[in-house]
Amino acid sequence: MLLQPIKFYQTGTFTIGNRLLAEGQRSVQANMRRTNSLNSGHRACQGCGEALGARYAIDAAMQASGNRVMAVNATGCLEVFSTPYPETSWQIPWMHSLFGNAAAVAAGVAAAMRVKGRRDVKVIAQGGDGGTMDIGFGCLSGMFERNDDVLYICYDNEAYMNTGVQRSSATPPLARTATTPAVGKQPGNVFGTGKNLPLIAMAHQIPYVATASVANLRDLETKVARAMGIGGARYIHIHVPCPLGWGSDPADTIKVARMAVESGLFPLFEAEHGEETGRYRLRRRVPVEEYLRLQKRFAHLFGFPPDARGIAAIQAIADRNIQRFGLLG
Amino acid sequence: MTMTKPFAITLDPGSSLANRTGTWRTQRPVYVDRLPPCNNACPAGEDIQGWLYQAESGDYEAAWRTLTLDNPLPAVMGRVCYRPCEDACNRSKLDAAVGINSVERFLGDEAIKHGWKFAAPGTESVKRVLVIGAGPSGLSAAYHLRRLGHRVRIAEAGPLAGGMMRFGIPQYRLPRDVLDAEVQRIVDLGVEIEFNRKVTNILDTMQQGKFDAAFLAVGAHIAKRAYIPAGAAARMLDALSVLRGMEGEEKPMLGRRVVVYGGGNTALDVARTAKRLGATEAIIVYRRTREKMAAHDFEVEEALQEGVMIKWLSTIKNMADEGTLTVEKMALDETGFPQPTGEFETLEADSLVLALGQDVDLSLLNGVPGLAIKDGTVQVGPNMMTGHAGIFAGGDMVPAERTVTVAVGHGKKAARHIDAWLRGGVHAPAPKHELAEFEKLNPWYYTDAPKTVRPVLDLARRTSTFEEVVQGLNETNALFEARRCLSCGNCFECDNCYGVCPDNAVIKLGPGKRFEFNYDYCKGCGLCVSECPCGAITMVPETI
Amino acid sequence: MLKQIEGSRAVAEAVALCRPEVICAYPITPQTHIVEALSEMVKAGELANCEFINVESEFAALSVAIGASAAGARSYTATASQGILFMAEAVYNAAGLGLPIVMTIGNRAIGAPINIWNDQSDSMALRDAGWIQLYAETNQEAADLHIQAFRLAEELSCPVMVCMDGFILTHAYERVDIPTQAQVDAYLPNFEPVQVLDCADPVSIGAMVGPDAFFEVRYLQHHKQLRALELVPQLAEEFRRQFGRDSGGLVKRYRCDDAETIVVALGSLNGTIKDVVDEMRGQGYRIGSLAICSFRPFPLTEVRAALGHAKRVVVLEKCLAIGIGGIVSSGVRKALSGIVLKGYTVIAGLGGRAILRKSLRALFENAERDDLEQLTFLDLKWDIVNRELARMREQRRSGPIAENILRELGTVAARIG
Repeated sequence: MLLQPIKFYQTGTFTIGNRLLAEGQRSVQANMRRTNSLNSGHRACQGCGEALGARYAIDAAMQASGNRVMAVNATGCLEVFSTPYPETSWQIPWMHSLFGNAAAVAAGVAAAMRVKGRRDVKVIAQGGDGGTMDIGFGCLSGMFERNDDVLYICYDNEAYMNTGVQRSSATPPLARTATTPAVGKQPGNVFGTGKNLPLIAMAHQIPYVATASVANLRDLETKVARAMGIGGARYIHIHVPCPLGWGSDPADTIKVARMAVESGLFPLFEAEHGEETGRYRLRRRVPVEEYLRLQKRFAHLFGFPPDARGIAAIQAIADRNIQRFGLLG
Repeated sequence: MTMTKPFAITLDPGSSLANRTGTWRTQRPVYVDRLPPCNNACPAGEDIQGWLYQAESGDYEAAWRTLTLDNPLPAVMGRVCYRPCEDACNRSKLDAAVGINSVERFLGDEAIKHGWKFAAPGTESVKRVLVIGAGPSGLSAAYHLRRLGHRVRIAEAGPLAGGMMRFGIPQYRLPRDVLDAEVQRIVDLGVEIEFNRKVTNILDTMQQGKFDAAFLAVGAHIAKRAYIPAGAAARMLDALSVLRGMEGEEKPMLGRRVVVYGGGNTALDVARTAKRLGATEAIIVYRRTREKMAAHDFEVEEALQEGVMIKWLSTIKNMADEGTLTVEKMALDETGFPQPTGEFETLEADSLVLALGQDVDLSLLNGVPGLAIKDGTVQVGPNMMTGHAGIFAGGDMVPAERTVTVAVGHGKKAARHIDAWLRGGVHAPAPKHELAEFEKLNPWYYTDAPKTVRPVLDLARRTSTFEEVVQGLNETNALFEARRCLSCGNCFECDNCYGVCPDNAVIKLGPGKRFEFNYDYCKGCGLCVSECPCGAITMVPETI
Repeated sequence: MLKQIEGSRAVAEAVALCRPEVICAYPITPQTHIVEALSEMVKAGELANCEFINVESEFAALSVAIGASAAGARSYTATASQGILFMAEAVYNAAGLGLPIVMTIGNRAIGAPINIWNDQSDSMALRDAGWIQLYAETNQEAADLHIQAFRLAEELSCPVMVCMDGFILTHAYERVDIPTQAQVDAYLPNFEPVQVLDCADPVSIGAMVGPDAFFEVRYLQHHKQLRALELVPQLAEEFRRQFGRDSGGLVKRYRCDDAETIVVALGSLNGTIKDVVDEMRGQGYRIGSLAICSFRPFPLTEVRAALGHAKRVVVLEKCLAIGIGGIVSSGVRKALSGIVLKGYTVIAGLGGRAILRKSLRALFENAERDDLEQLTFLDLKWDIVNRELARMREQRRSGPIAENILRELGTVAARIG
C-alpha cells in the first residue's frame, strides 16, 4: 500500500495526529479545520462505529475533492440517526431515497453532474450491510456493471441494526441476532451462509475495491483518497462495530475493530479491476477468541463448557483469510 | 442562492446542533495529568516527561531550562546518575526503557556547548544563607536558594568545588571540564564559593557571618577502616585518598599489582583507575558474591571488560611487608551472610586499597544543641531541618541512599524549606497526581522503536587513557531517544481523542493548547479514554 | 411536422424535444420502442446533452431518475405493468420528495396471469401514490401530453405519468404532427428546481419525518394536485395557442350538452366510443361521451358539470377493482354525489380483449333502455367461467385456472397420456 509508515516520531502513523509531524503528514481527522461532514447532535448510540466511519470517510472524500462531494444514503442507522426532522447532521449535499436504491440514485446524481459538465463534483453512495448486500444488491451490481462514476461505501456492522439487530448476509457465523437467537441446537447464525461483497465487487472488475476499518484511520483515509482519484465504479467496505448490536462496551468500539483486523477475521486489502493490489500485514496477530470475548453476541460460545469447536471453526476462517490474502510476512 | 425548501423533507445543514446530546451522559470524560513513573522515581524530582516533551520537538534550550528548574547539573547527572527513572520507565514493558539519562546528558552537553546561562533571579531578598560543602548537595541547595533570590555563600573545605563528583568519581566517568562548566554556571548566578575554608564550629560561623540559616552538606569523606594487621612497610591506602590524589599533580603510585578491598562503586572506580595508571593486575577482593555487590552491575561489567579481576567470597586477614596478603575464603550461610571457612590463601600485591565505606566528619556540629545523631549521620525532618532551628542538612551526611542524584534532590528540597522558614512560613509541597501506571496506557499506538545504545569507547583506549568511557548520543540519536518517551499520563497532542469521538465532541484548541470536551454533545461513550495512548483522560460519574 | 409514425416513436421524438438530461429505462413490453428510439437519438448525437442509462431493473430506472432530478437534471423514464409495480416503492418516493420526473406508462395488464396486452390496471394500481396521471386518447395527444407534462411537473414540483394504451397506441402507425424545437423551447423553459443538491448550498433531502409533521407533508402533496386542477387547463390552453391544437386538459366532452346517456372512459377507447356515439346520434339517440384526461387530480367539478344533467352515465373501464368493481366509476360517482341519475359500470378489454363497435353499440342500446346490470363485464365468456367454476367445485385440487382455460380453448396441448 502507498501509505508510508513514519518511524521515529513516537507514534508514527498509528495515532490520528502527532504534533511532531508536518501537517501534510497527519491525517485529515487531525486537522483543526476538518469538515466534520457528519456533525454533532446526531442520534447515534454512544460509541457508534458507523458514525465514526462515516465522518472519517466523508471528511477524507471532502479533502480529496476540494469539498465537492454529494452523498446518497440508503435507509438505515446512518440515515435515520443523522436526519430526523427537524435536524440534520450532514454538512454536505445529501439525499436519502429508499432502502435498496442508493447505488441507482447515486448513478442518477452522477449522470446529472456529467450532463451539466460538473466532473469536479464527486458522488458517494452510502449504505449499511443490509442496504448494500441484501436489498440493495441488484442496484449495486447494476451500478458496478455500468461502471457508473460513483464511490459506494458500505458500513458493515454485520446485521440490520436499525430495525433491531436482525441477521443480514453479512452476519458472521455463530453470531447472535434477533433472527438467529442463541438458543436451540445451533445457537446463533449458521455456518455456510453469508456473502463476501468485496470479492463480489472484485468479480465485477470495477476500477477499485477496498476494505477498511475504523481501527485504522490512516489506511481508511488513504483508500478513500485513492478512490476519489479514480473514475468509474468504486467500492469501499468499512467494518464498523455496533456496541448495541454486538453487545460490546461503547468505549471498546475501536479496540473491537482492531481485534477483528488483527485476528484476520476482517482482512484489509485493495484490488483494482479484479486483481488484488495490496494488503495490510498484521501488526500484532491475536487469536479470534480475544475478539469474540469482547462481544455479548458471542457470549454463548463461552459458557460451561465453552464451544471449542465453534471457536475453532471461526479461527479456521481467520486462518484461511490470513493465508488467502497473505496477511503475515 | 438559498432555495425555498419543501417542508420537512429537506433540511438545512447544521440543524442537528440544536440537539444537545450531552444530556444522554451518565459519566463524563475529563482530561487529567498523571504522574509519570520517571518523574515519580527521580530523587531530584525532575519533570522528566516535561523536558523530554520539549526535547522531542528539537527545543533543546527550552528542555534544558525545564530540566534545570529542578537540577542544575544535567551534564554531570547524565554521566553519573544511576537512573532510577529508567528502571521505572513504562516503556520497558514495551521494548526497553527510554534512554532518559542519555538525553539528559545530551542536553547538559548542549548547554555547555552553546553557553546557555541560568536566568537571573526574579527577586532579591536580604536573607543570607550559609552552605557548607560544594558537593552536589551544597551546589544544588545554593543554586535553588539563589534562584529564590537569597544571598548564598558556600564554604568549601577543599581547593576545588565538586565534592565526591571531583574527588570520588574518576575522570573517565566524569570529565573535569564538564564539572567545571556546570559549577561555574552556578557561580555565575551569584553564588559565592570560599575555598579552603573548613568550618569547625557552625554556630560561630553563622553568627560571625550574620547568616540567617545554614545548609550543611559536608558529605562523607572519612574512609572507614577495618582492622587488618600490616607490616610497617606494607603499602595500605584508603580509596578516598587514592581518588583524591588523582586530582593533584602527582598521581598516586600504586604499583603493578593492586588489590582493592570492598564491593561498592568506589572499589570498582579504584580498580579501574589503577588499571589506567598502568597496573598490570587490579584485583578486587569482596567478601560476598556478584549479586550481593553494592556496585551497579553495569559498572562491574565495564570493569571486567577492562580486565579488572574480582575475587569473590574472600576477606583479607593481614598484609606482610613484601606485600603478601593473607586471604580467607568465605561461604554464604542461609541468611546470605558470609561466614569464614578457615581456608586461607595468599595474594601478592604492591598496594592494598581499602574501599570499605565512608563516614561523615561531624566535628563542625560540636556544641550545637538539639541535634540527633544516629549511625554517624545527622537526623533531619521531612523539611530537611536538623533538631536545631535554622540548621538544615542533606546529602551523604543525612540518612539516605548515597548518590549524587539523591544529594541534588536534598539540596532542592532543603532550599524550598529554608526559603519558607526564612519568611516565617512552611513549605507545603503540592499533592502528587495519580501515578500513570502502564495499565492506564494504550500501548498499541506507540511505534516499535528499540533503544539506542550509547557508544562505548573501545577497550584498548579505555584501559590506557582517562578518556570518557561512555560517550554521549549525537543529536539524531538523542532526538530519537527522546521521542521514544510514551509521555505517560500527560497529553502530547496526538489528536486521538479529537479523532475518535463519534460525536465531534472534542475541541482542538491549537498547538500547545491541547483539547477541551464539548459537554453539550459528549455522550460519555468513553472511546477517548480507551484510545488515549498515554492515559491522560479519565471518566468520572455525572452528578444529578 | 407531419409524420406517419409509430406512436412510440412519436412519443420519443416529443420527449427528445423537451431536452431531457437524464433518461434511464428498463425494457418492458409495450414501452420498448420508446426507449429504443431515445437511446438511438442519444447515441447518434441527435439528442445532445443527455445521458442515457441502461439500468438493471425498473426499480433502478426510477431511482436513477430520482437521483438525477434531485441533482437538478430534467429526467425521464418509461415503464408498464410489472415494471411499475417493481418500482412501486420508488413511485411513492418520487412523489413524496416532490421530484418533477415524467414517466410514460404503456398501459398493460398486470399478472398473474402474465399478459402483455393492453388494459389500464397498471397505472390504476399506483393512482394514489401522488403522481399526476394524464391519459392520452390518440398518439398525437400522447406526444403532446409529454410536452405539457414536463412543464406541469416542474411548475408544481410533482411527478407526472402520461398513460397511453399499450399496442393500441404505442405500436400503431398514425399521422402525428411533431412540433419544432423552437415551439417546444418557447413552451418549456429550463428546469429550475425547488430543491437541489448543490455543493455551494448544501441541504439534506429525504429526512425522516415523524408524527409531528408527516401529516402536513402529505397534505401539501394533496394540495399540489388541487393546484394542478387549475394548472392543467391553463397549460392546455397555452398549448392550444402555441401549437394550434387541443391536447390534454382535464376532460373532453363530446356531444354531451343535450345527451341523456353519457359514456365515460379513459384513453384510446374514447375513439371507438365516439364512432358509436356518432352512429347512434344519427339514429336519434341523445348520447354523448366524456373522456377524462386528467385522472389524477380527479376533476370532480368538471365531471359533475358534464354529467350532472344526464339521465344515465355509463362508465367504461379497462380496469377492475377486484372485490368491488369499478375504479373510474368510483370517482365519477363521487363527482355526482347528490345528483340522482342512473350509473352503470362496465368492465371491458382486460388483458387486451378487443372492444368491438358492435359490442359497444349493443351495450349502449341496453343502457338507453336501462336494461343493464349495475356492474357488467363486456364480452366475458360466461361458459368458460361456469365450466371452470364447476371444475373447482368437483375437486379440491383442480389445478391452475389459467392453464385449465387455455387447455379448453385449445391454446395449450392436452396432457400426455
